[in-house]
Amino acid sequence: MGSNVHFAAATGWLSTFWLLIAIPLASAAALLLLGRRADRWGHWLGVTSVAASFGLAVSYFFALRGVDERSAELRLFDFIDVGGLKVDIGLLLDPLSVVFVLLVTGVGALIHAYAVGYMAHDPGRRRFFAYFNLFVAAMLLLVLGNNYVMLYVGWEGVGLASYLLIAFWYAKPAAATAGKKAFLMNRVGDAGFVIAIFLMFATLGSVNFDDVSNGVGALATGTATVLGLLLLLGACGKSGQFPLQTWLPDAMEGPTPVSALIHAATMVTAGVYLIARSHPIFDAAPDAQTAVICVGAATLLIGAIIGCAKDDIKRILAYSTVSQIGYMFLAVGLGGVAYALGLIHLLAHGFFKAGLFLGAGSVMHSMNDQTDIRRFGGLWKPMKITWVTTGLGYLALIGIPPLSGFFTKEPIIGAAFDHAGWLGAVVGGAALLGAGLTAFYMTRLFVLTFHGPRRWTPDVGQPHESPPVMTVPLIALALGSLAAGALMMTSVVDWLTPVFGEHAESSEHWLITGATMAVTLTGVGLALVLFRKGTETEEQPAGILVTAARRNLYADAVNETIFEMPGKYLTRALVFLDNRGIDGLVNGLAAAVGGGSGRLRRLQTGYVRSYAMSILAGAVLVVVAMLAVTLG
Amino acid sequence: MNDFPFLSVLTAAPAVGGLVVALLPNSRPTLAKALSLGWSLVVLVGTITMYTAFKPGGDRFQFHESYRWIPSWDARLTFAVDGIALVMLLLIAVLVPVVMLASWHDTDGYGAKAGEDRHSAAPVGVVPARSASAYFSLLLFLESTMLGVFSAQDIFLFYVFFEIMLVPMYFLIGSYGGQRRQYAAVKFFLYSLVGGLFMLVAVIGLWVLGGHTFDWQKLVEADFTTGTERWLFLGFFIAFAIKAPFFPFHTWLPDAGGAAPAGSAALLVGVLDKVGTFGILRYCLPLFPNASRYFAPLALTLALVGVIYGALLAIGQNDLKRLVAYTSIAHFGFIGIGIFAFTTQSGTGAVLYMVNHGLATGLLFLVVGMLAARRGSAAVSDFGGAGKLVPVLAGVFLLAGLASLALPGTSPFVSEFLVLVGTFTVNKTVAVVATVGVVLAAGYVLWMIQRTTHGTVNPALAEVEGMKRDLSLREGIVVAPLIALILGLGVYPKPVLDVIDPAVRATLSDTGSTDPAPTHPAPTADAVSKESGK
Repeated sequence: MGSNVHFAAATGWLSTFWLLIAIPLASAAALLLLGRRADRWGHWLGVTSVAASFGLAVSYFFALRGVDERSAELRLFDFIDVGGLKVDIGLLLDPLSVVFVLLVTGVGALIHAYAVGYMAHDPGRRRFFAYFNLFVAAMLLLVLGNNYVMLYVGWEGVGLASYLLIAFWYAKPAAATAGKKAFLMNRVGDAGFVIAIFLMFATLGSVNFDDVSNGVGALATGTATVLGLLLLLGACGKSGQFPLQTWLPDAMEGPTPVSALIHAATMVTAGVYLIARSHPIFDAAPDAQTAVICVGAATLLIGAIIGCAKDDIKRILAYSTVSQIGYMFLAVGLGGVAYALGLIHLLAHGFFKAGLFLGAGSVMHSMNDQTDIRRFGGLWKPMKITWVTTGLGYLALIGIPPLSGFFTKEPIIGAAFDHAGWLGAVVGGAALLGAGLTAFYMTRLFVLTFHGPRRWTPDVGQPHESPPVMTVPLIALALGSLAAGALMMTSVVDWLTPVFGEHAESSEHWLITGATMAVTLTGVGLALVLFRKGTETEEQPAGILVTAARRNLYADAVNETIFEMPGKYLTRALVFLDNRGIDGLVNGLAAAVGGGSGRLRRLQTGYVRSYAMSILAGAVLVVVAMLAVTLG
Repeated sequence: MNDFPFLSVLTAAPAVGGLVVALLPNSRPTLAKALSLGWSLVVLVGTITMYTAFKPGGDRFQFHESYRWIPSWDARLTFAVDGIALVMLLLIAVLVPVVMLASWHDTDGYGAKAGEDRHSAAPVGVVPARSASAYFSLLLFLESTMLGVFSAQDIFLFYVFFEIMLVPMYFLIGSYGGQRRQYAAVKFFLYSLVGGLFMLVAVIGLWVLGGHTFDWQKLVEADFTTGTERWLFLGFFIAFAIKAPFFPFHTWLPDAGGAAPAGSAALLVGVLDKVGTFGILRYCLPLFPNASRYFAPLALTLALVGVIYGALLAIGQNDLKRLVAYTSIAHFGFIGIGIFAFTTQSGTGAVLYMVNHGLATGLLFLVVGMLAARRGSAAVSDFGGAGKLVPVLAGVFLLAGLASLALPGTSPFVSEFLVLVGTFTVNKTVAVVATVGVVLAAGYVLWMIQRTTHGTVNPALAEVEGMKRDLSLREGIVVAPLIALILGLGVYPKPVLDVIDPAVRATLSDTGSTDPAPTHPAPTADAVSKESGK
């Protein structure tokens, strides 16, 4: 598998593809440095830079089609060259990265345009667009790097942008906390990723994609498995997968365009990209693949279950994202033909989830920034465009033909059942159940928001449709969800073949298709029955499962008990120890040697003799101890 | 160009300037400041000229000068620098003018002094103006001794600079610092002095047993018995471990860093402490290679404990300056790991870390100083929501914090990555545990940022007059060069790495260490594509 990966050097027009990153980066820098001078027009610069990148991306896509190897590698200059370690500032455009580039810049440009309207009344709009451009640049570096260190630099860059944007309204304590939480949980995952890079260098002597892909076959299976698991840890952090999922719903504290672009369509799928990009490693490590499958299956259920119990429109969508990325992890964990399935689901999800978030933002825009679906209802009438576009996104997500989700999710369920042994049946069953739950919570969201009786709070006046700068992106994304499905099933899979290799077409799953449709319709029907006539506007007492789901299945509580509280106490204890213990020991020894406890009080004045003695005593103690250990 | 006596001239120049400034009357503070700043900029130009004249691929030691000093001891005024010392000289030359500009109003006297009043919200007390000529001449004297300690190539000369360096810093902390400055200054002085005594004993021992000379080159070639070598190593190592400082010799640093004026703290932690890690590289490793390898596990353990311990303590601090001091203990741990892992990557990373830490922590101290000067307090709890009041300053603060946590794109990332990747090839456990320190770094930085600049505005903070002024032009000029270097070296560290790398390899070959080869080198079938990719 992947024994002879070779990238062609970029030539001609393709040798300029570093511009993809440079343009949004330059725009971000300009917006930050120009300060208030750019307040009036800065947002348009932000939109234009991403749109320009998209235009270039399309041209590079066609240029790449003309290259036989379907790859273009660009080594710009040396980043690190120390001893045997050589890391380039190098970029790679291949079928996998170009798909991401098109998604990031295309959906990114639409969401940037939408944000012009959404952030119109925010005094920090210029800063917002600076961070948003910075995100796009970092995300493009992430998918365009030709080695793991470049990928990591982009990886941390999007983490920074995500932190800045979640905490964009930093005066809100909840936003500041959510931003910090996202960064920290990502860092936990990143530790795994960076150790994986160390391991690659220690074993293979290189961190380039081609060298690692070609060399991984020579590694012992155990080493490859460790490598895969470390990468998986990194992927879980970035993509909000179990056990590092709890930051993603909190990230909804950021402005809604951020949720749409970063925490739904692009950044959170970086984990899927990492695994897909590292497929030779996972192909060589079946145990790591099994771990990916289990993480994916567990997370898709966790996200779907919690999604059913939430009342905040953005948090439902956030848990839905967690769940859908679980499907993608499941797919790339299955490997083989399912790699491409995971990626087409990623693309389809990028469109319909971005559309759903923007729809939610449009609703919030006219409802005084409220997010509680129990206080919506009947909005289909005043907000026709939002209603229709959100509706298309909703149907695409639950997988109603002929929308995109049907073509991308159902094959993953089928591939899961195809997996050998009992594991296939279990994860297939989980994926199938997840489809039913998805249909249930999304129907609940859609019906409670747009239909049924109005349950608006009194301060909401007359809800209105959003301005065209917001509705046009909504329509564009909805058309994407409508059209993309069938297209993706065929041409994208073929397009990705040079990356993942040829695989036999999986068998027809008419049985799976039927079962999926059955559970989906059951979910829809159940939700319709329950919520057709609206719902209570206050939280109702509930059974164990619903209560647990409302509490995010106690994931936050577990983190708090296991990590936060002991960490807090440890820190406090150490501060005490350092002041009283180590420093106190030194000072105390000084007092003892200096003769008499009467001097204790006066230690703080700093007697030369006592300090000298104390340090001497401490040092002698250490030396004696060392010698006793080493010579004895 | 190589014939010009760069090192002696550069070492002497600031002291001469300092003498002139010291003689200026107290009635002319602005003249004293301007003259000092101008003089330090001249030194910077000279140092840059020297840096460009240095040949990275040439001799290990360059700009060699040697003058008669104490013939009966065979002690000479010998100066020479390798790549490691050279980058430190440049760091000093960059930081001193920046610190001078940052300290411009430190001696003017105002309503409340930074860090002096940490519990009440309103500034109390009036700090009288103090002698600007004394303060700025002390900074120049300090620059001289710091340049000298990194340029010396005679062990006795090194020792002299090592001790003299304490004097200006002692006065900077003790006379111009904040609350508890006397205590902190004495503690700093004594710790260093006692460390120096250990070194003195070792220096004398070296002279007696090494052939009655202080010449570095001759002593490197001298042979010692195993036991002697170990004792001599320990003498130097304890001095350097106190200076750096490594756990458990660190307790003077938070006091000194917390009490010193922000600019002096930046120099203390950014440069002066690096003499410790520099000394290990220049003296412990080449002079006592066997003992260095013998004690490496111990040194690695202390450094690793420092990484975790410093980070946890930083999380628990409520004083910004002490917090930054504790983060430095963690950073020194990374440097120590890099040195004692004995690989090219980790060693080069450690030296680069010394430079980057000077830039990043220097910036952090200076920004904390700007915040504290406005607030009249460096206590975290006296801030809260400052981002709304001084957005640009808060942004610079965030950037300094991100550099401190080694975010990719900033220069500390390159050094931290090199240290860890190099260490991993020889000692997986140390590298993996140190990576936990990387996670903790995000914790202390982001929590610090959140508690000071995020959240609702602290009402007491909003009333402070100083918080109504955002970053001034002078402060902008202070932070701009540091930010430019942090970001520039973060993307293109090659100019510095090319200077450091040969020196580190020479040092490692003194200890007889070689890098481990990859266990399963990747097939080089695609070498062709690499060449065509150029």
